[in-house]
Amino acid sequence: MNLSISLTVNGVRRDVELADPRVTLLDLLRERLQLTGTKKGCDRGQCGACTVLVDGRRINSCLALAASHDGADIVTIEGIARGEELHPIQAAFIAHDGMQCGFCTPGQIMSAIGLIGEGQAGDDPERVREGMSGNLCRCGAYSGITDAVLEAQKSLVKTDQGRAA
Amino acid sequence: MKNFDYVRPATISDAVAAASESGAAYLAAGTNLLDLMKGGIAGPSRLVDVTRLPGLDRIEHLADGGIRIGALVRNADLAHDPDFARACPAVVEALLSGASAQLRNAATVGGNLLQRTRCGYFYDPASACNKRQPGAGCDARDGENRLHAILGWSNACIATHPSDFCVPLVALDAVVEIEGKTGRREVALEALHRLPGDTPERDSVLDPGDLIVALRLPGEARTFSAHARYLKIRERTSFAFAVVSAAAALRIEQGTIRDARLALGGVAAKPWRARAAEKILAGARPDRAAFRRAAETALADAKPSGDNQFKIELAQRILVRALSLAAAGTPARMPALPASPFSSQIRSFA
Repeated sequence: MNLSISLTVNGVRRDVELADPRVTLLDLLRERLQLTGTKKGCDRGQCGACTVLVDGRRINSCLALAASHDGADIVTIEGIARGEELHPIQAAFIAHDGMQCGFCTPGQIMSAIGLIGEGQAGDDPERVREGMSGNLCRCGAYSGITDAVLEAQKSLVKTDQGRAA
Repeated sequence: MKNFDYVRPATISDAVAAASESGAAYLAAGTNLLDLMKGGIAGPSRLVDVTRLPGLDRIEHLADGGIRIGALVRNADLAHDPDFARACPAVVEALLSGASAQLRNAATVGGNLLQRTRCGYFYDPASACNKRQPGAGCDARDGENRLHAILGWSNACIATHPSDFCVPLVALDAVVEIEGKTGRREVALEALHRLPGDTPERDSVLDPGDLIVALRLPGEARTFSAHARYLKIRERTSFAFAVVSAAAALRIEQGTIRDARLALGGVAAKPWRARAAEKILAGARPDRAAFRRAAETALADAKPSGDNQFKIELAQRILVRALSLAAAGTPARMPALPASPFSSQIRSFA
């Protein structure tokens, strides 16, 4: 059974034929679209390495059936920088050493973008840690990750206020 | 993962027809089902994708004060609905203490109710499990069972229902609306999930093709909004199932409890309403002695199913704590760690 779906991935429309319906959104991104920045960690929704934005919301792409997301707007780690200019969260992760081996980092950054968009955490480190609990880091870079999210949130809120003014 | 047919019907009646055939399963977000399919625990021959069905993604405030929540409303959207949060703060606290932000963004209300009652042996195809394979036996009985059921279990199965969301819902008399082959019907949430008995393979009373279309809270639910909490003990601070949990909702007038609603999570194959304990609290003063009496009553029939005797005392203590916090009043803002008895905030002893 062949299924045709189309997605918008990082602003570009992609039409994909699926040979069978078992393909997850994660495998579609990595294997069919060669967007390997999104990582496969546990593949069971427990580690968060596969986090992407679907219609603006962070989800685990490993537990999302691609066929069910026909028509969705997807943003992955490859789609957040503007050319050579890093996204403020990418820059903050570097500034605060929010990583060691880097494997979980794309998922952490996409999750942080989702968290800030949700607007629930504010400047409270405990709320940031709770909001990021779906992303595991085996190297234990949590302290730097929390600092990076807090700083990025501050700069993003300032930018928004600047734009509004 | 076993292959399957994928269909995406446009109407509820087409969905019910497509899912009534043997081997079919509904797919909403798939956060539990795809996990089970990847593990070889579930192997539906057909997935009926209900995510595009019209009209199931709304939160409606009814004329009688009740609230009707479409089955496809995402857990996060319900939790962040300000009107719902004002009416049912303990339900929101439970929602926000469940899973992770990514899963809450995807998972639906209907799917949360119908996630499998499960344990580690259910998830391990190499272990004997009556729920996965009727008649196979239960390796949990002689295995690692410190987190298993203490109420309502049978020799066939000692797994617990993992939902946090369902615990305050069952306390507040939630009802599910079901569309099936013979039309629409309603079932009290308390009666939706089954105790294992000799047939643990059936988690709920639903028949093939039955589709939950909405969840409804009666108008009375909001009368508890000033004194309502959900509290949950986990083995790590966040993103973990309950060891035990408790929902406590009180209506307090002139220093006396007029009505109490209590339910426990992590203790049985279903969210566990504690009606006898509620009766003890009605008319009592909200003090620790009354809370302890209620907690003892709630766990009076509990018995360990393995190395989990400790859960009986722990459940009583979490119930007393939930009642104390509920009596003190629903916090104006959701705690940073929803449902947690812990906080990393440093207390000032000045």
